[in-house]
Amino acid sequence: MNTTVADMHPPAPPVFYTREEVHHNGTLLGFWIYLMSDLFIFASLFACNAVLGTNYAGGPTASEVFDLPGLAINTALLLVSSVTFGFAMLEMARQRKRAMLIWLAVSGLLAAAFVGLEIHEFATMIAEGATPERSAFLSSFFTLVGTHGLHVTVGVIWLIVLMVQLGQFGLTEANIRRLRCLSMFWHFLDLVWVGVFSYVYLVGVLR
Amino acid sequence: MDHRSEIWNFLLGNLSLKVLPLHNTLEDRILQVTFAVVAISGLAIFGWVTVKRRWGYLWREWFTTVDHKKLGIMYMILATVMLLRGFTDAIMMRIQQATAFGANMGYLPPTHYDQIFTAHGAIMIFFVAMAYIVGLMNYVMPTQIGARDVAFPFLNNLSFWLTVSGVMLFMTSLFVGSFSRAGWLGYPPVSEYQLGSGVDYYIWGLQLSGLGTLLTGINFVVTILKMRAPGMSLMKMPMFTWTSLCTSGLIVVTFPILTAALFLLSLDRYVGTHFFTNDLGGNVMMYINLIWIWGHPEVYILILPLFGVFSEIVATFSGKRLFGYSSMVYATVSIMILSYLVWLHHFFTMGSGPDVNSFFALTTMMISIPTGVKIFNWLFTMYRGRVRFDVPMLWTMGFLFTFTIGGMTGVMLSVAPADFLLHNSLFLVAHFHNVIIGGVVFGVFAGINYWFPKAFGFQLDPFWGKASFWFWQIGFWVAFGPLYVLGLMGVTRRLSHFEDPSLQIWFVIAAFGAFLILLGILSFLMQLYVSIRHRERYAVGHDPWGGRTLEWSTSSPPPPYNFAFTPVVRERDAWTDMKEHGYVRPRDGFQPIHMPKNSATGVWIGLLGFAFGFGMTWYIWWLAVASFVGIVAVAIGHTFNYHREETIPAEDVKQFEHTGNWKPAGEGASA
Ligand code: HEM
Ligand SMILES: [Cu+2]
Repeated sequence: MNTTVADMHPPAPPVFYTREEVHHNGTLLGFWIYLMSDLFIFASLFACNAVLGTNYAGGPTASEVFDLPGLAINTALLLVSSVTFGFAMLEMARQRKRAMLIWLAVSGLLAAAFVGLEIHEFATMIAEGATPERSAFLSSFFTLVGTHGLHVTVGVIWLIVLMVQLGQFGLTEANIRRLRCLSMFWHFLDLVWVGVFSYVYLVGVLR
Repeated sequence: MDHRSEIWNFLLGNLSLKVLPLHNTLEDRILQVTFAVVAISGLAIFGWVTVKRRWGYLWREWFTTVDHKKLGIMYMILATVMLLRGFTDAIMMRIQQATAFGANMGYLPPTHYDQIFTAHGAIMIFFVAMAYIVGLMNYVMPTQIGARDVAFPFLNNLSFWLTVSGVMLFMTSLFVGSFSRAGWLGYPPVSEYQLGSGVDYYIWGLQLSGLGTLLTGINFVVTILKMRAPGMSLMKMPMFTWTSLCTSGLIVVTFPILTAALFLLSLDRYVGTHFFTNDLGGNVMMYINLIWIWGHPEVYILILPLFGVFSEIVATFSGKRLFGYSSMVYATVSIMILSYLVWLHHFFTMGSGPDVNSFFALTTMMISIPTGVKIFNWLFTMYRGRVRFDVPMLWTMGFLFTFTIGGMTGVMLSVAPADFLLHNSLFLVAHFHNVIIGGVVFGVFAGINYWFPKAFGFQLDPFWGKASFWFWQIGFWVAFGPLYVLGLMGVTRRLSHFEDPSLQIWFVIAAFGAFLILLGILSFLMQLYVSIRHRERYAVGHDPWGGRTLEWSTSSPPPPYNFAFTPVVRERDAWTDMKEHGYVRPRDGFQPIHMPKNSATGVWIGLLGFAFGFGMTWYIWWLAVASFVGIVAVAIGHTFNYHREETIPAEDVKQFEHTGNWKPAGEGASA
């Protein structure tokens, strides 16, 4: 079959392969998809909060336990850490490693402070008897906010590891890619926090 | 024994000799025999590998591999082993239900029977059906798009071992403690108040393997979006790749919900929160909604890849291009979207009112439209084709017949008022086995018979293949036809004993059908055995069926790098196009190829994951904490390894390209 075609037609046969090395890197896309899937975990927790958020079961209500001024500080810390992380990324683009590391450290400290305040908030609530076991409202509150806090903690640990690696191996292609992923993670957690504080806290005290 | 010292409590948590099956009861006798069989066969395999000095080989070539082909094969083996386990459960239930009437209580006490249906359901879904489809996608999809591997080869290995750790937890529950008795979806409040290890085994087994599946989903989506051969636009992708894409997309948006639901369930169990409790504001229906928001898409996650398999097979064995390719793509995508909007049909009886129920009834009925489109496309592909009835095609025909009927009983269930009567009945059990066996299982066997020669260079024996097909096909109807009848008479599911003797005959027939299916499974094993034993006799060329897609363009089995040069695609059926337009295989000018290096990290994380799950199940907190810290440490350590590629020298590539299996199509095949 092949021979007859070749015999009859002088024009060059089509090319069916390329000798060039075809290179793809899907890490950023992959990580973004992971974030989207993580969003579904948060969505489930938000849904629980929406359904169970007023089931106080005779226990403390949202307006009784939430400390809104503390929340404002907390929110500010996290939002500012997103900004400083942005500065770090700018320095990365300029190949200024030292400045970048400093901004990263600032972001990490801000996030750690956020986690610290959150732990403090939890401890106060628990001391007042507003424990996760008390009512479905408190279960869903602690779980949603705690899951977010856990994510931030993971982010901080990741940041530390990555800073070590950046210090050790410099701004290599792989490290830049990792930093981009962490940056996405950071902003993502910020975004989720905006949802948490406006829905769980603000709407929480209103409903 | 109750007064164990503190230190033992610390070391062993809730573990004690009491939880081992050492009692003089029928239930424990059964477990002892099972344990003996498992232990002896395990020791035999272990001894054989040791005597043959194959551990190093297994470790280097298989356990630590990041090659999607080998991982695919390992998934298929895992799934087949678990099919035997899940089927043993099924036979045990069938014997119980066929005998336990009136004064006869059968041989299984309810506590044991309930574990069996739970284990059967969960294993069949998570470790048989899921493992099979992930295995098929792993093997076939990258080769269909002309890629050398998946986007994240190491994650692929990790996914596999996470699945294995889940399997290990499930299997451990046979002999240490007990398994969940709360049904395959672990509904509260039963799963909340059931004490003992059972539900915890279930939760951690699924959390670990679920994480593995999620990673697979992300991996495959990126692979398909990023790594297609030049020229292969989305609308030129093979159908199986399309369905893999949709399935992986569904995995990404649903498995996190399963994770969340199980996570909340475990909080209720371990911490004492009130998500799904009956008191202090909890809401059971919250769990049931969440689990089905995952659960319904899950059944489409299972079936879509097999729709892809059938599409490839129908086109190949009809010697024609697939009829209505674009409509097939749109149908797949619509099914993917619709499958997210129907979950409530699993509990019309919740009491959400006629408007909500109507909405979900309608969306459910709408799914049958794109599915119908598919059925017609397959039929029209065969119409006026030169259809060859090889074994893969037989399974396809069996599917078309069986699945269509299963789909119609599904539409019956989607009528909300009818469902009020049929809900939780054996009619439902018959329906979902009808679609799962007729669709997923038949599709898996079709796929295995179709791609086996690709993976190994020899064909599966057609005689035993046909025997397997007919036993399954007939066995299915004998086993599940009676359940439709019983369901219409109002018999509910999950019962281990019946009063009304007039029902018994139907259960006896169903048990007989299950034994026919047993013959089908044995024939399949025989088919494997005979074909491997006489593999020279079954040797075929690299394109034995006259395939149409790129995986057939490389040798069988393919080299580690799949393609020496990346293919360039012009048409939908790329390989057919190549064959028809004078493709000449390149024989020189080979270049070194970079491939990802093997990694042991996945194995360690899998093992530590098992230890973590075991520690959590038995409240052995030190073990749980230690293995969790271990996982984090291993994962962080892994990121310090920046040299993850190795190079296959051009010489080796050349060597392979000249010695691989390049026999022309069909040589030596009976096809
Ligand atoms: C191969 C032949 C099979 C037989 C004979 C069989 C038999 C059974 C039986 C007797 C039950 C219990 C029905 C009851 O509750 O009264 C059952 C339940 C179930 N089966 Fe199968 N089955 C088979 C294959 C499969 C496969 C391949 C799957 C999925 C991939 C599957 C998934 C399930 C599920 C999810 C349940 C529900 C478990 C529960 O109630 O929690 N089965 N099956
Ligand atoms: Cu459904």
